[in-house]
Parts: sequence; structure tokens; C-alpha cells
Amino acid sequence: MRYIEPHGHMVSRTTDDYKAMALAGCAAICEPAFWAGFDRKSADGFYDYFCQLTQHEPARAQKLGIPHYSWLCINPKESEDMGLAREVLALIPEFLNAPNVLGIGEIGLNKNTKNELNILEAHIDLAAKHNQLILVHTPHLEDKRKGTRLILEALKNNPKIEPHRVIIDHVEEHTFKEVIDQGFWAGITLYPESKASPQRAIDMVETISAQRVWLNSACDWGHSDPLSVPKTALEMKRRGHSVQAIDNLIFGNPVQFLSQSKKFIRPEVI
Amino acid sequence: MDARAKLLDLAAFLDRVDRSSGSDDHRIRGLRLALKVLSEGNKNRVEEILNQWSDPTIEPSEKSDTKSATGVWPKL
Repeated sequence: MRYIEPHGHMVSRTTDDYKAMALAGCAAICEPAFWAGFDRKSADGFYDYFCQLTQHEPARAQKLGIPHYSWLCINPKESEDMGLAREVLALIPEFLNAPNVLGIGEIGLNKNTKNELNILEAHIDLAAKHNQLILVHTPHLEDKRKGTRLILEALKNNPKIEPHRVIIDHVEEHTFKEVIDQGFWAGITLYPESKASPQRAIDMVETISAQRVWLNSACDWGHSDPLSVPKTALEMKRRGHSVQAIDNLIFGNPVQFLSQSKKFIRPEVI
Repeated sequence: MDARAKLLDLAAFLDRVDRSSGSDDHRIRGLRLALKVLSEGNKNRVEEILNQWSDPTIEPSEKSDTKSATGVWPKL
């Protein structure tokens, strides 16, 4: 089996996790910037984090033979403080030329507030200005449907944004179709509790779309499983899907989206 | 067996809720509403339940007092 982990917060995972992913067939990992579980007090904290994502973590992954890519932003959970958010936004261009940076992400909304929306629009402008791919975080649970609609509207309001260069992550049954129908890519996140299970993910692929969609574990410091993508591949196999269909979903699709960045190199697999 | 075990866990959870004191909060109200959806003939039960639990408003909010979501729109 070969697969891409297109959304993993590896700074919070152990070396044993990297090893398990490598053994399971992980051919590349992409790491969006996110919330550390606490609010950082200054832009300096983000500067160090961006150095970690562009220098230290790729070196750590390389020890297990896995190419590591990253996305940069200030996460919507820390966007309420607009002064801090704008300071962090100003840091990002310095890092965009790093060899492993694929784009701006994971940007989006958390509690669907005006400040969050303001900073989301600033991130979208930044991505447009620097011709970057975009990875979007949609809100959790009861806030997801409203937040997804606000995000889609903000993206469509920017004439420079091309939907096929944007992935809307964490879709569920009530948001997936809307995202696909408007020309965007969709990400299904496999979480033990708060997002999709392997069974629900494959139900959605079977009934809504197997095109312009990827699966990810979004493994981080919370309840999550860095092997959830290969485990979901096994669920597909159990249901009788072809090897080609499984490979398309967990390898071909993410390669297709990520290859829109010239920095992404189609990974070699054993 | 998997669905059986999950259903029995949910039944046990509701039994514990009923044995406790206090009234239902929005999360329990949401669960009880969703149970009705399960026994109806709709073929998109997951979507219907998720929509039922979602914030139905359209405009962005002024501010939020919390970073977390609870699973069901608090005003349900």
C-alpha cells in the first residue's frame, strides 16, 4: 500500500508514529500550521513555529525517509486577536520560498466571528498575492455548516482565487456536496470521535464523490490516529473496492491536488 | 455486532441521564431529537441529524466567549 498523509500535525507526534506511518506505506506528509492547544502570546512564538515547520520537522521526517511539506498561517482559533494575527500574517512571506512550503493553511473559521472572518479574508488575499495553494479548516460540530458557507462565500468573493487550487478540509455529510458542487476540493478527516469514521468516510466517497477528495488523519495532540488513512483503505478493501480505486483515493488524488505546487514532488515508493 | 454494541451504549447512556437529577441540556435535547430521525425512513439520516444539530444562523457573530463547540447548537 502507498498513501499520502495530506494533513498531519507531526510536531505533536512521536518518532514511533513516524515509524509506524512509514511501515504502513506513507509516501509523504503535509503539515498545516495550527493551534498548539494554547494561545501564543507574541508573533515571536509563531516565528519559531514556522522555523520548526520549514526546517526541523522536514529533517525529522527525512530520518524515516518520508518527504515533509508544510502550510503556513495563523489558525482561526488565534485569529480573534486581530493585532497579533496581522503581525503573524506579516511574517509569512519570508517563509513562502522555503522548499517545503506548499501554500497557506489551515486557514478558516472556528466560532464564525467577525474577527475570524476578517483574518480569513486577509489570508485569502495573501495567498492570491503570492499565487499560493490554500488549505481550509472548517469549524467543528454545530459550527461547521454555517462556517463552511461563510468560508465558501469569502473565497468566491476574491476574483483571484481558483476553486480547484483550494481544498476545504473536514467536510462531513452535510457539507461535502456543497464544496464539490462549487468546484473546490474536499478533505475528509478521520477522527475517533468528532469528525468522520472510516465507515462514514467511505460511505461519503461512495455516495457523493470519489473525485477531488482526499482522506487525512489530521493527527495532532488530541484524540486522533496517525494510521487512520491506511485503516480506511482496509475498510474500502473489505467492501470490495478495486486496488486502483483505493490507490486513487489515498495516493492519486492528493498527488493530483498537491502537484499544483511546483515544489511538490511525486514521491517514490518502495 | 458493531451497531448493536453502539446502540446498547447509547441506551445505557440515556438510562444514566434519566437516573441523574437536573433537566436536559441542549446536547441531550439534540440526542433525543436525533433518535426520532433514526426510526424514520429517510435515507440520509446522518446528514439530517448533522443539519438538525447545526447553527441555523447566517451572519458572523460579533464575538465568541469560547473556542469550543459542544456538538449541538446551544439554542436548539
